[in-house]
Amino acid sequence: MPRQIWLALIALALVVLPFGLKGYTIYIVSLAGANILAAVGLNLLMGYAGQVSIGQAAFLAIGGYTSALLMTKLGLAFWLAFPLAGVLTGLTGLILFIPALRLGTIYLAIATLGFGAAVQQLIPLPYWSAILGGHQGIKVPRPQIGSFVFDTDLELYYLTLAIVGVLLVLSWNVARSYVGRAFIALRDKPAAAEALGINPTRYKAYAFLVSAFLTGIAGALQAHLVGHISPGEFGLGKSIEIFAMVILGGIGSLPGSVLGAVFLTFLPHWLSEAKLLYTFFYGAALVLVIIFMPYGVWGFFLRLYYRFPMMQKLFPKGA
Amino acid sequence: MIEQYIVLGLAQGSLYALMALGMVLIFKTTDIVNFGQSDMTMFSAYVGFTLVVGLGWPFWAALPLVIVFGFLLGVAVERLALRPAREAPVVSLLIVTLGVGLMLNALASWIWGFDPKSLPYAISGPPVVLGNIIITRHDLVIFGTTIVLSLGFFALLKFTKIGTAMRAAAQNKLGAQLLGIPVFRINMLSWGLGVALGAVAGVLIAPLVFLDLVVMVFVMLKGFAAAVLGGFTSLPGAIVGGLLVGLFESLLIAVPFELINQLKETLVFVLIIVLLAVRPQGLLGEPIHRRV
Repeated sequence: MPRQIWLALIALALVVLPFGLKGYTIYIVSLAGANILAAVGLNLLMGYAGQVSIGQAAFLAIGGYTSALLMTKLGLAFWLAFPLAGVLTGLTGLILFIPALRLGTIYLAIATLGFGAAVQQLIPLPYWSAILGGHQGIKVPRPQIGSFVFDTDLELYYLTLAIVGVLLVLSWNVARSYVGRAFIALRDKPAAAEALGINPTRYKAYAFLVSAFLTGIAGALQAHLVGHISPGEFGLGKSIEIFAMVILGGIGSLPGSVLGAVFLTFLPHWLSEAKLLYTFFYGAALVLVIIFMPYGVWGFFLRLYYRFPMMQKLFPKGA
Repeated sequence: MIEQYIVLGLAQGSLYALMALGMVLIFKTTDIVNFGQSDMTMFSAYVGFTLVVGLGWPFWAALPLVIVFGFLLGVAVERLALRPAREAPVVSLLIVTLGVGLMLNALASWIWGFDPKSLPYAISGPPVVLGNIIITRHDLVIFGTTIVLSLGFFALLKFTKIGTAMRAAAQNKLGAQLLGIPVFRINMLSWGLGVALGAVAGVLIAPLVFLDLVVMVFVMLKGFAAAVLGGFTSLPGAIVGGLLVGLFESLLIAVPFELINQLKETLVFVLIIVLLAVRPQGLLGEPIHRRV
């Protein structure tokens, strides 16, 4: 079957998905949508452009707070505040781009880690707690377009579906465009890429811009879904969770990131029965996935695909 | 007054240095940044707690046992988690170390519960006064242990056959393997030693803070920062980096601005980022060559 049919089927499945799910599960699926954007944002940066970041939670926080404050303090409408939050977060991504110009992988990792720690420490300071709400955080208004307020789980789900869908198509196009190929070229053979006229400074800036934009949108979406935002949510643990989503899904593969994000969003809920040993199984799941699927879930699918001819008939190449 | 802060900073810094040394050793031989180092350190410190407080052992007797425990833990992690996953790319192995850390964290909460524990000082008794500096006996133990361990460690690397093999494996894995060096066993040894160094740091830090499930994360981050500062591939760099991070942190406390104290953690990272911007390979790291 051609790709269009598969995509249409998936889209249809997602549209009818909420019928037959409980309200809470629909809410978790929506949160998974926000995580998908964050994972895709990091994957473009890490998998395509080869720039490791373990401070992505900072962009989530910036996006979430910006969207909320633009609505409550400046009175902007949701449809204006939400994308604007993404754009502003994208610009803050350039803060990390400056050290990335000179630093190797592991040194960039510490710089991004420091950035994440700094943002989390700066938000609850007393000097601006009147605006940012200190450790308690602030309430985030529900999304509203015209006079329609999205306030049930189902309405929020469809809003999320639309936002995530549009941005996934955009990301997919970025990844397959000249820009995405320039990222890969710079990652694999910087000198050769430069010789072919790819400006490393400019494309590194693009990578951080795009990544921070997507993560900022993810943060804003999450904040609007939850209805509340506080600095405690955006620690090192969150950054590492996003990192793990990319790795488990398969680094450098966008469909993989979608799977990784969905898997890691639902894993805690599947494991919540285990109570005290929940963290144990969570850790064990991370270890086992990497042992049995060294290139992530998507890499595992690809291996199955080439192993079994039937799969190749069902999904012709390029699908 | 300032001398006092310097001494305090160096004592803290020695512990960061041990932590950094462990991480750099593991990175040099296996290319893996051990993000589970904090939980492995935490777990070892809890073992120390059980020996000293639970069973009433003296500190000097518990310390070697904690080192042995850390060593075995590192060996087990390498053998049971990382070696089976060795086909995965290096960034994925980072997730494996993290997963192992989470498992240890869960086990620790299961065995020891969530309440913070306190460990007594290694040696009790009045502090030593040198001119206008006051040093607690525990700090003296920290200095002594750090000096002995790092010298012993360098002697091991420099003068023994195993040490030579470790250095060979770190420089060129394939070449070392071709010369008959059992690289897998060397990896296992590095993990053992690396985690053991962290365990020592953990059990010596525990009396200075309340021991709980997350306290070592900050120590690991400082150790990580120290390792990066020194240049992630340099063992002496790890020690210099550790001492500098401890010193800088302690001097920040001495500054009488409240804001600076609140942002202590952030400022340590800012300093490192600034230093890295000037010297991308760290203080003692090998310069990064671009292969064309």
